[in-house]
Amino acid sequence: MPTLAHYLLVSGLLFAIGLGGVLLRRNILIIFMGLELMLNAANLSLVAFSRYFPASDGLPQANAQVFVFFIITVAAAEVAVGLAIIVALFRSKQTTHVEDLDSLKF
Amino acid sequence: MSTSTVPWVILFAPLVAAAAILFVGRHSKPFSAGTAIGAALATCLLSWWLFFQPDPQGLLRIPWIEIGEDLIVPFGITIDRLSRVMLVVVSTIATLVFTYSVGYMKKEEGYWRYFAGLCLFLFSMLGIVLADNFVMMFIFWELVGASSYILIGHYFTRDSAADAGKQAFIVNRVGDFGFLLGILALWFATGSVIFSEVKAGVEVFDGPALYLTVAALLVFCGTIGKSAQLPLHVWLPNSMEGPTPVSSLLHAATMVAAGVYMLARIFPILQLAPSAPDVIAWVGGLTCFFAALMATQQSDIKRILAYSTISQLGYMVMGIGVAPVPDVAMFHLFTHAFFKCLLFLGAGSVIVAMHHEQNIWKMGALKNKMPLTFIWFVCGMLALAGCPLTSGFYSKDLIIEWAVVRIPFLGWLSALAAGITAFYIFREFWVVFMGAPRTEHAKHASESPAVMVIPMGVLAVAAIAAGWPFIERNFFTLEAPRDVPHLLHPFLYVMFLGGAGLATFLYRNAKTDPISIPLFANRFYIDGIYDWFVRRVQDGGASLLSWADRWVVDLLVVQVPGKAVWACGFVLRFLQLGNIQAYAFFFGAGVVGVLYLLIFR
Repeated sequence: MPTLAHYLLVSGLLFAIGLGGVLLRRNILIIFMGLELMLNAANLSLVAFSRYFPASDGLPQANAQVFVFFIITVAAAEVAVGLAIIVALFRSKQTTHVEDLDSLKF
Repeated sequence: MSTSTVPWVILFAPLVAAAAILFVGRHSKPFSAGTAIGAALATCLLSWWLFFQPDPQGLLRIPWIEIGEDLIVPFGITIDRLSRVMLVVVSTIATLVFTYSVGYMKKEEGYWRYFAGLCLFLFSMLGIVLADNFVMMFIFWELVGASSYILIGHYFTRDSAADAGKQAFIVNRVGDFGFLLGILALWFATGSVIFSEVKAGVEVFDGPALYLTVAALLVFCGTIGKSAQLPLHVWLPNSMEGPTPVSSLLHAATMVAAGVYMLARIFPILQLAPSAPDVIAWVGGLTCFFAALMATQQSDIKRILAYSTISQLGYMVMGIGVAPVPDVAMFHLFTHAFFKCLLFLGAGSVIVAMHHEQNIWKMGALKNKMPLTFIWFVCGMLALAGCPLTSGFYSKDLIIEWAVVRIPFLGWLSALAAGITAFYIFREFWVVFMGAPRTEHAKHASESPAVMVIPMGVLAVAAIAAGWPFIERNFFTLEAPRDVPHLLHPFLYVMFLGGAGLATFLYRNAKTDPISIPLFANRFYIDGIYDWFVRRVQDGGASLLSWADRWVVDLLVVQVPGKAVWACGFVLRFLQLGNIQAYAFFFGAGVVGVLYLLIFR
């Protein structure tokens, strides 16, 4: 029988993998995927909390679940915008490697 | 035309003329002069007309500044005997001086600028005369200061003229500061700035009497500055740098007379302030005596007259202090306006003939070359010296009589000053007009044109006759003191004859000045003391403040923090790698650090 700790452990692992991807990978598309992974790690812990800390009437916490839907929606919008930016960036720089995208340095 | 509209015309005609000259005059000399003289003449004729009218019915007052219930300043006009007499004096003198200026300024630069300045000056002075409240008077008072600055600094390319203009303006600021404080103090005590209401308010004022005295003396500070009383007299002799007709106007009817007129205007208020009249009398009496001494050793034809003006203003101020009616002082102002204006115009005529040489020791024997100027100058001289039957005799003696009755020491001091007056003016007369010519210019001098001589002739008649009782009665209601010491009048005759005789004896054939008193020639070193004060104390303080500004404010407060912020920025900008993953790493590390602190501490 899995407990809350198991879910949180998986969530933490997912977050760590996502963060590691953001920090370590060179390709901006992979970094973007890492970001999505981190968002979904948060979703997983929210759902787990909702299940393990039921409301007074015994049902799961609706707030947490609604919050998850919001995050999914926002993530979808973010992907749409983010991918468009990446495409525009590629068109101007002919690259998707972040080491080459450092023009904001002083 | 009615008595309620004419004052406005009188007041604003010179201003309109000044504006017209300013916009159009620079293209045409006759237009400048004609507009100015036209405005002055209109003012003069209307003033004389107004003088013979009864007091106008209804108040000439339009609302101007109203701040709540407390500060109400109307733009109002006072027409009473005092202001009507003053209007006549100011506008008459101005008309004559304007006319004379046509001749004097013929070959000078800045013709239109000069006439526009004169008109503005006249406008400001008329504003002081007509004002019915302190604020309005103060504003015109400052306008007189500003326009005198323009006129004294007329030859602004000459450093000394520019400096004299500045000095006149700045020294007057010192007095005006006191004047403004005095106005505020009276307003604070009575809740009004209108003369009549202030007087009513002072009558029922129930605060400490000392408060009124201080307020009255603060207002008097304005007179000390404007009428060149000790110790703020230093600007007046230096204002001789302006063109001579300006000096004449400045010394006779406008500017310096404003201070005395203001005292006459607030005379009832002064009388209600305990001991204020005494202080005023002392300041006036001492000024009168010491300025006369200073005049005895000057060698500039205009400077002698300048110190003479200070001395005569001292008589007027003392007259305000000792007499029970302001008319005693106003009478002397009236006669002095004519004879001093005349003396200055005579000096101007001499200066033009001498090709702008002002040192009396380079003149001599001008009586044959300039007979008319000579005669007019003698008229003015006799009036100034207090020769019996001339105007100065009546007005000066009246003030001295009051002074002897009220404050005997001052009275006798000012009687002595009358003797000194006779001495210095006869000295000037003998050296300039008599003896032998001392330079080539003096040998080849010639009489001035009619446009200069005729105004002087008019003034000469006034200088002799203005004090005659049957004339003076139309202008003033004088009161003579009882119990005048019997010795006084013989003493005054002795003083006049003694002063004149001594000057005749010493200077009749003098080649150079036979006596030399450095103390008098150096004006009691008062100018030197001011010079020292400005140079040492003020400049020292200024350099200290400049040091503080440079090293404390600029360096410690501005430069050091500025450079420190810049240095921090310089270090921190190495963190700006431009690499998004590095930023994400810093961010993540920061979150871990915060979590560590929150959880494990």
